[in-house]
Amino acid sequence: MAEDSKHLEVVLDTQVESVNLAEEMCLRVAESAGFDEEMCYRIGMSVREGVINAFHYGNQEKPEKKIHLAVDITPEKLVIHVMDEGKGFKLSDVPDPLAEENILSTSGRGIFLMRAFMDEFEVVPGTTGGAEIVMAKRLPGAENGHSNGHSSSSGSDSNPQEEA
Amino acid sequence: MCAMSLHATYRDSGAVTVVDMGGRIVLGDGSALLRKTIGQLLDDERTKILINLADVNYIDSAGIGELVHAYTSVKTRGGELKLLHLTKKVRDLLQITKLYTVFEVYTDEPTAVRSFQ
Repeated sequence: MAEDSKHLEVVLDTQVESVNLAEEMCLRVAESAGFDEEMCYRIGMSVREGVINAFHYGNQEKPEKKIHLAVDITPEKLVIHVMDEGKGFKLSDVPDPLAEENILSTSGRGIFLMRAFMDEFEVVPGTTGGAEIVMAKRLPGAENGHSNGHSSSSGSDSNPQEEA
Repeated sequence: MCAMSLHATYRDSGAVTVVDMGGRIVLGDGSALLRKTIGQLLDDERTKILINLADVNYIDSAGIGELVHAYTSVKTRGGELKLLHLTKKVRDLLQITKLYTVFEVYTDEPTAVRSFQ
Protein backbone atom coordinates (compact mmCIF):
# COMPACT_ATOMS: atom_id res chain seq x y z
CA MET A 1 0.00 0.00 0.00
CA ALA A 2 1.29 3.44 -0.84
CA GLU A 3 2.68 5.53 1.98
CA ASP A 4 -0.01 8.18 1.45
CA SER A 5 -2.88 5.71 1.60
CA LYS A 6 -5.09 5.33 4.63
CA HIS A 7 -6.74 2.20 5.90
CA LEU A 8 -9.54 1.75 8.40
CA GLU A 9 -11.33 -1.43 9.32
CA VAL A 10 -13.95 -2.54 11.78
CA VAL A 11 -15.73 -5.78 12.63
CA LEU A 12 -19.47 -5.35 13.03
CA ASP A 13 -22.09 -7.52 14.66
CA THR A 14 -24.79 -9.00 12.49
CA GLN A 15 -27.55 -6.68 13.58
CA VAL A 16 -29.61 -3.89 12.04
CA GLU A 17 -27.74 -1.20 14.00
CA SER A 18 -24.55 -2.13 12.18
CA VAL A 19 -26.03 -0.77 8.95
CA ASN A 20 -26.36 2.75 10.36
CA LEU A 21 -23.00 2.49 12.10
CA ALA A 22 -21.22 1.51 8.89
CA GLU A 23 -22.96 4.27 6.95
CA GLU A 24 -22.01 6.93 9.50
CA MET A 25 -18.42 5.78 9.65
CA CYS A 26 -17.98 5.80 5.89
CA LEU A 27 -19.76 9.13 5.53
CA ARG A 28 -17.23 10.72 7.86
CA VAL A 29 -14.37 9.24 5.87
CA ALA A 30 -15.93 10.37 2.60
CA GLU A 31 -16.49 13.90 3.89
CA SER A 32 -12.92 14.12 5.12
CA ALA A 33 -11.73 12.91 1.72
CA GLY A 34 -13.45 15.89 0.09
CA PHE A 35 -16.53 14.32 -1.48
CA ASP A 36 -19.49 16.67 -1.87
CA GLU A 37 -22.94 16.04 -0.42
CA GLU A 38 -24.29 14.17 -3.43
CA MET A 39 -21.26 11.88 -3.64
CA CYS A 40 -21.40 11.28 0.14
CA TYR A 41 -25.05 10.29 -0.27
CA ARG A 42 -24.13 7.77 -2.96
CA ILE A 43 -21.24 6.36 -0.97
CA GLY A 44 -23.33 6.16 2.20
CA MET A 45 -26.16 4.43 0.38
CA SER A 46 -23.74 1.92 -1.16
CA VAL A 47 -22.24 1.13 2.23
CA ARG A 48 -25.74 0.63 3.65
CA GLU A 49 -26.61 -1.72 0.82
CA GLY A 50 -23.35 -3.65 1.17
CA VAL A 51 -23.87 -4.16 4.88
CA ILE A 52 -27.56 -5.00 4.45
CA ASN A 53 -26.48 -7.61 1.92
CA ALA A 54 -23.97 -9.07 4.38
CA PHE A 55 -26.46 -8.91 7.26
CA HIS A 56 -29.39 -10.47 5.46
CA TYR A 57 -28.16 -12.61 2.58
CA GLY A 58 -24.57 -13.39 3.60
CA ASN A 59 -24.84 -13.97 7.33
CA GLN A 60 -28.54 -14.90 7.20
CA GLU A 61 -29.06 -12.55 10.19
CA LYS A 62 -27.19 -15.02 12.43
CA PRO A 63 -25.82 -13.06 15.41
CA GLU A 64 -22.77 -15.29 15.84
CA LYS A 65 -21.45 -14.20 12.45
CA LYS A 66 -19.59 -10.96 11.79
CA ILE A 67 -19.50 -8.33 9.08
CA HIS A 68 -16.03 -7.09 8.14
CA LEU A 69 -15.91 -3.52 6.85
CA ALA A 70 -12.74 -1.89 5.56
CA VAL A 71 -12.15 1.50 3.95
CA ASP A 72 -9.04 2.51 2.03
CA ILE A 73 -8.23 5.95 0.73
CA THR A 74 -5.59 5.83 -1.97
CA PRO A 75 -4.34 8.86 -3.91
CA GLU A 76 -6.97 8.08 -6.55
CA LYS A 77 -10.02 6.66 -4.85
CA LEU A 78 -12.02 5.62 -1.83
CA VAL A 79 -12.30 1.83 -1.70
CA ILE A 80 -14.82 0.03 0.49
CA HIS A 81 -14.76 -3.67 1.31
CA VAL A 82 -17.70 -5.44 2.93
CA MET A 83 -17.15 -9.10 3.75
CA ASP A 84 -19.61 -11.53 5.28
CA GLU A 85 -19.26 -15.01 6.75
CA GLY A 86 -21.82 -16.69 4.55
CA LYS A 87 -21.45 -19.01 1.59
CA GLY A 88 -20.61 -16.45 -1.07
CA PHE A 89 -22.50 -15.73 -4.27
CA LYS A 90 -21.98 -15.00 -7.93
CA LEU A 91 -23.10 -11.72 -9.42
CA SER A 92 -24.42 -13.63 -12.40
CA ASP A 93 -26.90 -15.39 -10.11
CA VAL A 94 -28.44 -12.14 -8.88
CA PRO A 95 -31.78 -11.42 -10.60
CA ASP A 96 -32.10 -8.19 -12.55
CA PRO A 97 -34.40 -5.94 -10.48
CA LEU A 98 -35.33 -3.98 -13.61
CA ALA A 99 -36.70 -7.06 -15.38
CA GLU A 100 -40.45 -6.84 -15.78
CA GLU A 101 -41.06 -9.91 -13.64
CA ASN A 102 -39.00 -8.43 -10.78
CA ILE A 103 -40.22 -4.84 -10.77
CA LEU A 104 -42.70 -5.49 -7.97
CA SER A 105 -40.31 -7.60 -5.94
CA THR A 106 -39.94 -6.37 -2.38
CA SER A 107 -36.21 -7.13 -2.32
CA GLY A 108 -33.17 -7.56 -4.54
CA ARG A 109 -32.24 -3.96 -5.39
CA GLY A 110 -29.15 -3.55 -3.21
CA ILE A 111 -26.56 -4.81 -5.68
CA PHE A 112 -28.16 -2.72 -8.41
CA LEU A 113 -27.93 0.45 -6.30
CA MET A 114 -24.28 -0.15 -5.38
CA ARG A 115 -23.42 -0.63 -9.04
CA ALA A 116 -25.33 2.51 -9.97
CA PHE A 117 -23.80 4.70 -7.28
CA MET A 118 -20.15 3.62 -7.29
CA ASP A 119 -17.51 3.86 -10.03
CA GLU A 120 -16.22 0.34 -9.49
CA PHE A 121 -18.02 -2.68 -8.09
CA GLU A 122 -17.19 -6.35 -7.85
CA VAL A 123 -17.85 -9.37 -5.68
CA VAL A 124 -14.94 -11.69 -4.88
CA PRO A 125 -14.54 -14.70 -2.61
CA GLY A 126 -13.76 -13.43 0.89
CA THR A 127 -11.06 -14.84 3.15
CA THR A 128 -13.88 -15.86 5.53
CA GLY A 129 -15.35 -18.15 2.86
CA GLY A 130 -18.18 -15.69 2.33
CA ALA A 131 -18.56 -12.93 -0.21
CA GLU A 132 -16.51 -9.76 -0.30
CA ILE A 133 -17.99 -6.73 -1.98
CA VAL A 134 -15.32 -4.33 -3.21
CA MET A 135 -16.48 -0.95 -4.46
CA ALA A 136 -14.71 2.28 -5.18
CA LYS A 137 -15.35 5.93 -5.90
CA ARG A 138 -12.79 8.20 -7.52
CA LEU A 139 -11.67 11.02 -5.29
CA PRO A 140 -12.77 14.54 -6.25
CA GLY A 141 -10.19 15.86 -8.66
CA ALA A 142 -8.65 12.45 -9.38
CA GLU A 143 -8.14 11.76 -13.06
CA ASN A 144 -10.57 9.32 -14.69
CA GLY A 145 -8.97 5.92 -14.85
CA HIS A 146 -5.44 7.32 -15.11
CA SER A 147 -2.88 6.13 -12.68
CA ASN A 148 0.48 7.71 -12.13
CA GLY A 149 1.58 4.75 -10.13
CA HIS A 150 1.99 6.02 -6.61
CA SER A 151 4.00 9.10 -7.37
CA SER A 152 2.94 12.01 -5.24
CA SER A 153 4.89 14.59 -7.20
CA SER A 154 2.95 17.41 -8.80
CA GLY A 155 2.07 15.75 -12.08
CA SER A 156 1.22 17.79 -15.15
CA ASP A 157 -2.17 16.07 -15.42
CA SER A 158 -3.27 17.25 -12.02
CA ASN A 159 -6.49 19.12 -12.66
CA PRO A 160 -8.75 19.36 -9.65
CA GLN A 161 -12.38 19.89 -10.54
CA GLU A 162 -15.33 20.66 -8.40
CA GLU A 163 -18.56 18.83 -9.04
CA ALA A 164 -20.75 21.04 -11.18
CA MET B 1 -27.65 12.64 9.82
CA CYS B 2 -28.21 8.89 9.88
CA ALA B 3 -30.29 8.47 12.97
CA MET B 4 -33.35 10.50 11.95
CA SER B 5 -36.15 8.01 12.52
CA LEU B 6 -39.34 7.78 10.52
CA HIS B 7 -42.60 9.23 11.74
CA ALA B 8 -46.02 8.84 10.20
CA THR B 9 -49.44 10.37 10.84
CA TYR B 10 -52.58 10.14 8.79
CA ARG B 11 -55.61 12.31 8.11
CA ASP B 12 -58.72 12.20 5.94
CA SER B 13 -59.16 14.18 2.79
CA GLY B 14 -62.62 13.17 1.61
CA ALA B 15 -62.55 9.44 0.96
CA VAL B 16 -58.78 9.46 0.72
CA THR B 17 -56.41 8.83 3.62
CA VAL B 18 -53.31 10.99 3.39
CA VAL B 19 -50.30 9.58 5.23
CA ASP B 20 -47.73 12.23 6.09
CA MET B 21 -44.32 10.69 6.55
CA GLY B 22 -41.04 12.21 7.59
CA GLY B 23 -37.51 10.96 8.18
CA ARG B 24 -35.81 7.95 6.66
CA ILE B 25 -37.53 4.84 5.33
CA VAL B 26 -34.73 2.34 5.86
CA LEU B 27 -34.07 -1.16 7.13
CA GLY B 28 -35.36 -1.57 10.66
CA ASP B 29 -37.79 0.70 12.46
CA GLY B 30 -38.44 2.94 9.46
CA SER B 31 -39.66 0.24 7.12
CA ALA B 32 -41.45 -1.51 9.99
CA LEU B 33 -43.43 1.65 10.77
CA LEU B 34 -44.50 2.00 7.16
CA ARG B 35 -45.70 -1.61 7.12
CA LYS B 36 -47.55 -1.16 10.41
CA THR B 37 -49.22 2.06 9.28
CA ILE B 38 -50.44 0.61 6.00
CA GLY B 39 -51.60 -2.54 7.80
CA GLN B 40 -53.65 -0.46 10.24
CA LEU B 41 -55.25 1.50 7.42
CA LEU B 42 -56.21 -1.67 5.58
CA ASP B 43 -57.62 -3.12 8.79
CA ASP B 44 -59.79 0.00 9.00
CA GLU B 45 -60.95 -0.59 5.41
CA ARG B 46 -59.12 2.49 4.22
CA THR B 47 -57.98 1.52 0.75
CA LYS B 48 -57.51 4.90 -0.93
CA ILE B 49 -54.13 5.92 0.35
CA LEU B 50 -51.95 8.86 -0.59
CA ILE B 51 -48.48 8.80 0.95
CA ASN B 52 -47.00 12.25 1.35
CA LEU B 53 -43.21 11.89 1.17
CA ALA B 54 -42.39 15.60 1.32
CA ASP B 55 -40.35 15.17 4.48
CA VAL B 56 -38.78 11.84 3.56
CA ASN B 57 -35.28 12.62 2.42
CA TYR B 58 -33.83 9.14 2.36
CA ILE B 59 -34.97 5.66 1.33
CA ASP B 60 -32.76 2.58 1.02
CA SER B 61 -33.49 -0.71 -0.74
CA ALA B 62 -35.40 -2.00 2.30
CA GLY B 63 -37.55 1.13 2.24
CA ILE B 64 -38.15 0.75 -1.48
CA GLY B 65 -39.19 -2.84 -0.84
CA GLU B 66 -41.60 -1.68 1.85
CA LEU B 67 -43.18 0.89 -0.48
CA VAL B 68 -43.65 -1.85 -3.08
CA HIS B 69 -45.15 -4.12 -0.43
CA ALA B 70 -47.55 -1.34 0.57
CA TYR B 71 -48.51 -0.78 -3.05
CA THR B 72 -49.24 -4.45 -3.74
CA SER B 73 -51.04 -4.94 -0.39
CA VAL B 74 -53.43 -2.07 -1.10
CA LYS B 75 -53.95 -3.17 -4.68
CA THR B 76 -54.72 -6.72 -3.57
CA ARG B 77 -57.49 -5.28 -1.40
CA GLY B 78 -58.95 -3.51 -4.41
CA GLY B 79 -57.60 -0.13 -3.39
CA GLU B 80 -55.12 2.38 -4.68
CA LEU B 81 -51.89 3.72 -3.22
CA LYS B 82 -50.29 6.82 -4.71
CA LEU B 83 -47.35 9.03 -3.82
CA LEU B 84 -47.19 12.77 -3.24
CA HIS B 85 -44.35 15.31 -3.06
CA LEU B 86 -41.24 13.26 -3.72
CA THR B 87 -37.94 14.84 -2.78
CA LYS B 88 -35.29 14.84 -5.49
CA LYS B 89 -33.36 11.97 -3.97
CA VAL B 90 -36.44 9.78 -3.63
CA ARG B 91 -37.62 10.64 -7.13
CA ASP B 92 -34.20 9.80 -8.57
CA LEU B 93 -34.21 6.50 -6.69
CA LEU B 94 -37.65 5.54 -8.03
CA GLN B 95 -36.55 6.51 -11.52
CA ILE B 96 -33.39 4.40 -11.62
CA THR B 97 -35.28 1.42 -10.18
CA LYS B 98 -38.04 1.94 -12.77
CA LEU B 99 -40.64 2.22 -10.02
CA TYR B 100 -41.51 5.74 -11.09
CA THR B 101 -43.60 4.14 -13.81
CA VAL B 102 -45.33 1.81 -11.33
CA PHE B 103 -46.44 4.37 -8.76
CA GLU B 104 -48.73 7.24 -9.59
CA VAL B 105 -46.82 10.28 -8.37
CA TYR B 106 -48.27 13.74 -7.77
CA THR B 107 -46.85 17.13 -6.91
CA ASP B 108 -50.16 18.70 -5.86
CA GLU B 109 -52.36 17.28 -3.10
CA PRO B 110 -55.82 18.39 -4.35
CA THR B 111 -55.05 16.92 -7.78
CA ALA B 112 -53.79 13.72 -6.19
CA VAL B 113 -56.91 13.39 -4.01
CA ARG B 114 -59.21 13.98 -7.00
CA SER B 115 -57.42 11.28 -8.98
CA PHE B 116 -58.77 8.49 -6.78
CA GLN B 117 -61.85 6.69 -8.09
